[in-house]
Amino acid sequence: MIDFLQLLVYGVVLGSILTLGAIGVSLIFGILRFAHFAHGDIMTLGAFSALAVVSLGLPVLVALPIAMAITAVIAVVIDQTIYRRLRRTAPVILLISSFGMALGLRSLIQLIFGPNNQVFAKGIQMPYRWGDIVVKPDHLLIVGGAIVLVLVVHMFLSHTKMGKAMRAMSDNVDLAAACGIPAERVVMWTWILAGCLATAAGVFLGMDAQLHPVMGWNILLPVFAATILGGIGKPYGAIAGGMVIGIAMELSTMVMPPVYKPAVAFAIMVAMLIWRPQGIFKGQA
Amino acid sequence: MIRIENVSKSFGGIQAVHACSFDIEKGSVTGLIGPNGAGKTTLFSIVAGFVAPTEGRIVLDGEDITQLAPHERFHKGLVRTFQIPQEFSRMTVRENLMLVPAGQSGESLFSAWFRRGRVSAEDKRIAEKVDEVLDFLEITHVADEVAGNLSGGQKKLVELGRTMMTDAKVVLLDEPGAGVNRTLLKKITDAVQRLNTERGYTFCIIEHDMDLIAKLCDPVVVMAQGTVLTQGTMDQVKADQQVREAYLGGGMSGGVEA
Repeated sequence: MIDFLQLLVYGVVLGSILTLGAIGVSLIFGILRFAHFAHGDIMTLGAFSALAVVSLGLPVLVALPIAMAITAVIAVVIDQTIYRRLRRTAPVILLISSFGMALGLRSLIQLIFGPNNQVFAKGIQMPYRWGDIVVKPDHLLIVGGAIVLVLVVHMFLSHTKMGKAMRAMSDNVDLAAACGIPAERVVMWTWILAGCLATAAGVFLGMDAQLHPVMGWNILLPVFAATILGGIGKPYGAIAGGMVIGIAMELSTMVMPPVYKPAVAFAIMVAMLIWRPQGIFKGQA
Repeated sequence: MIRIENVSKSFGGIQAVHACSFDIEKGSVTGLIGPNGAGKTTLFSIVAGFVAPTEGRIVLDGEDITQLAPHERFHKGLVRTFQIPQEFSRMTVRENLMLVPAGQSGESLFSAWFRRGRVSAEDKRIAEKVDEVLDFLEITHVADEVAGNLSGGQKKLVELGRTMMTDAKVVLLDEPGAGVNRTLLKKITDAVQRLNTERGYTFCIIEHDMDLIAKLCDPVVVMAQGTVLTQGTMDQVKADQQVREAYLGGGMSGGVEA
């Protein structure tokens, strides 16, 4: 039982990280109709941007918004220089180009920061204990941060004109244009939002463990699994998807070795694609 | 108001619109008729900016808008509807209509959070307008239904409702009557007439229902094989020999007389 609760804690932490990534993937798919393979590496980029700021002597939580801004700008630049030219071609070409982007980003990060593991803060954190359950302060920060960000995203999507425009455009591109919605500005805001969320996911991932140039790539599969579970193109579904995948991955270590964690995510994704490709929440935006 | 100048469009080897020119006069209700495949809808898409012409210009109030994106034309007061009704299928009918008015205060995250008073006052004003439009079109009972679940005719009305939510100058209606019952068709006709006389909207209407065209439209432009065949009042058009030939076999020669 203790094991189960402890793993549940880890699952919620991982789920929070996956959720932040999955919302971005879902938004991008909704607006631009392609699976963004470089999303994991955008997370890595966000984490390492934060690391660069931290190395100047600032605390991680201050570095986070700065890294978000840096990553969002880079995401917009990538879109404007690479993806924008390919928008009128078949979606599969965008997908392949994002794959190339992923490789490029990863190599660039490795070139600048080196191939070794790095950490935001050295030393040991004293964990909180409830009975036999151990929770690190960073864990609370990650889950709390994810909740705050999800609330901000919800507020943005449901209450701002740009958020409504995003939902409208993911629903019907032509009609959105006929209603006076500026497509290119919506696309730009989509990248800003997805970039900020990916940064948070990357930074949280780095806080939970370590930073490494392939950290984002390694987590891309679970992020995609979460996106598909929630119904691709449906940001609210991504929240549920992220939590389910995160918890399932951690709980699976009770019965099988931890190296199979990504396999669990993969199995859930395949099962979903076979039996319920529209996601858990049918028909909801 | 709108000048269509020598517009051509080909898709691959098919010339959908060929050297087409006519004006939509300010304050008019211009009818656009012609046999199926005459290029009417393609021309609408070119005017609204959804399809780029291969050749030619679109001029709105003296300004060349050929290069503008659809949303920019919308903000200049040029609004269109679709022949096959389009809707935001995952939103309710109410949300579909509320989305249209531009310049809402809820635009920024800041106002959405910190100036809720102003935003909600505005939302209320827009919501009242939505109620008015829904009531007018007699679709109040489906206001909170997800738009994807509506019938074809109801979607058609939501299309029309959308144009009533904004202060349009020119409205392009693509077959507003198709799939709508007779009583409602009369309401739509009345609505167009009222928006035209009271609010000064200019209309251009594609329609196969000749009664509706005869009642509403002056002038009437006839298109065939991608180009303008003739234009004039309904009576002049009806009397035109070329028009009869273009429609021959399409059953219009009888239809016009009726």
